[in-house]
Amino acid sequence: MDQAALIQNILIPTLQILAVVLILPLLIAYLQLVERKVLGFMQARLAPRRVGWHGLLQPIADAVKLLIKEDVIPEKSDRFLFTLAPIVTVIPALAALAVIPFAGASFSIAGYQVRPFITDVNVALLYLLAISSLGIYGIILGGWASNSKYSLLGALRSSAQMISYEVPLGFAIIGVLMLAGSASMVQIVEAQKQAGVWYVLPQIVGFFCYFIAAVAETNRVPFDLPEAEAELVAGFHTEYSGMKFAFFFLAEYTNMIVVSCIVTILFFGGWLRPFPNVASLAWLENGWLVLLPLTLGGFAGWLFGQRSGRGLQPMIAGGVAGLLAGALVAITDVGGLASLSLPVISGAFWFFFKVSLFLFMYIWFRGTYPRYRYDQLMALGWKWLIPLSVANVILTGLAIVVKGAFAGKG
Amino acid sequence: MFRTEEMDINMGPQHPSTHGVLRLVLGLEGEEIVDVRPIIGYLHRGVEKLSEHRTYSMIEPLTDRLDYVAAISENLGYCGAVEKLMGLQIPPRAQYIRVALAELQRIASHLLWLGTHALDLGAMTVFFYTFRERELILDLFEQFCGARLTYNSMRIGGLLEDVPPGWTDRVRHFLQIFPSRQKEYEDLLTVNRIWLGRTKGVGILTKEDAVALGTSGPTLRASAVDYDVRKALPYSSYEQFDFEVPLGTTGDTYDRYLVRMEEMRQSCRIIRQALDRLPEGEVRAKVPKYIKPPAGEVYHVVESPRGEQGFYIVSKGTEMPYRVRFRAPSFVNLQALPTMCRGRLIADVVAIIGSIDIVLGDVDR
Repeated sequence: MDQAALIQNILIPTLQILAVVLILPLLIAYLQLVERKVLGFMQARLAPRRVGWHGLLQPIADAVKLLIKEDVIPEKSDRFLFTLAPIVTVIPALAALAVIPFAGASFSIAGYQVRPFITDVNVALLYLLAISSLGIYGIILGGWASNSKYSLLGALRSSAQMISYEVPLGFAIIGVLMLAGSASMVQIVEAQKQAGVWYVLPQIVGFFCYFIAAVAETNRVPFDLPEAEAELVAGFHTEYSGMKFAFFFLAEYTNMIVVSCIVTILFFGGWLRPFPNVASLAWLENGWLVLLPLTLGGFAGWLFGQRSGRGLQPMIAGGVAGLLAGALVAITDVGGLASLSLPVISGAFWFFFKVSLFLFMYIWFRGTYPRYRYDQLMALGWKWLIPLSVANVILTGLAIVVKGAFAGKG
Repeated sequence: MFRTEEMDINMGPQHPSTHGVLRLVLGLEGEEIVDVRPIIGYLHRGVEKLSEHRTYSMIEPLTDRLDYVAAISENLGYCGAVEKLMGLQIPPRAQYIRVALAELQRIASHLLWLGTHALDLGAMTVFFYTFRERELILDLFEQFCGARLTYNSMRIGGLLEDVPPGWTDRVRHFLQIFPSRQKEYEDLLTVNRIWLGRTKGVGILTKEDAVALGTSGPTLRASAVDYDVRKALPYSSYEQFDFEVPLGTTGDTYDRYLVRMEEMRQSCRIIRQALDRLPEGEVRAKVPKYIKPPAGEVYHVVESPRGEQGFYIVSKGTEMPYRVRFRAPSFVNLQALPTMCRGRLIADVVAIIGSIDIVLGDVDR
């Protein structure tokens, strides 16, 4: 192999993997800060603000705390399995990121083509389903090895829940698979571009089934039974502390991100802008030009409103002003800012924008809902989601056949 | 063949949702409850025995620490008992202020209950909302007597002091904002499908069981038994107030929730009436410096937020009581727990404990 091929085929993928694995924990740390801030806002309290400006260094402090904390292994636990469990949980969660395309267009650095994702395989969807099921092993091993009743009950609940919800999860995806005709993540997004519509419209039922099942799969409110603190203390990770606990934590949040990515790709057109085929809306391609001033203006207004006691009006005014200014720049291309933007940047912007909306949904759920009871959770999964998702598959199939028949006649 | 056996799981005394140091030994068949054995006494401070060695005025601070979530009701009940024993006439102004305080306390106590009950069922936000409003009530108490939890603000024969100037306006302001805040909680819970699923039909206490087990307060009224001490045996001029006693129909956790929500509205009504018709005059009757009730015994009950709070005092005519006995509503209501839990799941135990609203200071005394 010559040097160029070596760099192209080995070095660049390695760097990409490293980038994803290294950036992710930081991202998660700050996702958690965002979660605490948003929850605080919803719950009429301030959330962390001691460490750093408005608590911006809180995630670092938390991470350091978890790193230097004593790593307790209960005396009567199975030491080997107890240590293995967090690893088994976190690895599949990270591995799932391998097939997530963060943007569409590839870009070149020093003459080498770099694609904005680690890999694109033609069975990506199956790979995701397979790898996300592996996470259960970590949970059930952890619950078993802890040798604690609370942990065991939590682990049993968790595994039953996750296995039950795998089924509707799989069925919900099939509709998309049938429409796109491919299991490759990149192909699915391309198919949505060709169809001119995000699959959330034809697959609205599939979307809801998938998202509900995915929230259950990631053990988040309102399906957070495995770690129902009010009942089972902390569920399967009751006995874990320090870095091992951090691994479970990392896995949970990675799963959240992965699920949000999958929803975005399958149902919301991945890195595509809204209305991908309407030419007059091409300025949306540079969505960040609009959204950045909107956010900044809104935030500045909010700060001003807080300081001067004027409530939320300055925030709205600032946001509207930012929106108008941004839209003006994006449409008229004043100063050539819009033409500066690379397709990979705009793709990544839309992708992460959509992903963060779904992450916000997770936090919103947490601020709103009580927790399901075990049997109710099962009833929801088996009596509602599975029949609905199966019906969705059948209807989608019928629609494709009927459409094909008409197309054949015409 | 498979061998199955019951698993005993220990819940508490250090457990986030037993609301204090209650210990429950749950006999489990899978996740199904076959037996609940409450074990109490972790917070026993021997208040009844302590009271035998204190003068009548010195006992009042002890009563604060029985049901520390609703200390005003305890003060009111204890002072009422001694006053009944001594045959004292309480000035109407003191009686009205007492009623207003007791009802504010009822709201504060129900808010604490609602917040923790919802938190137990996973609805985290309600907890912060209710504590926001509870804080306002505690501020009112602080302005009235300087304390926020253990008030010790009543005296045998009335109150220590009149309300501070402007206090009634602040209470009115609270009454003005509270209904909209209460609507916020209801928006989050009352018609929430998950909340309904978690509370409807859970922990049913039939009318017969409720009476047989001696429960009282909202726990009893949710089982459709119309018994409220404020109506049945009015004290502190409750007979002059116009309010309704909300009743449940089935006696499940959801009914107990609805009853307490409605009680908060009725409490607002009572406070408003008390403020509107607040008489002028003294706030303390003429009481001897050394309180020495005549020999005899007395039993006085008040409707605390948790139920029928009874005070039994035996006097030998000295300045210390011969025997004091507190009838703690939490203690009696806790007896109903095994009946309500049997055949349910672990998650329901949490909901049911939350719904009977026990305070361990009251249970253990």
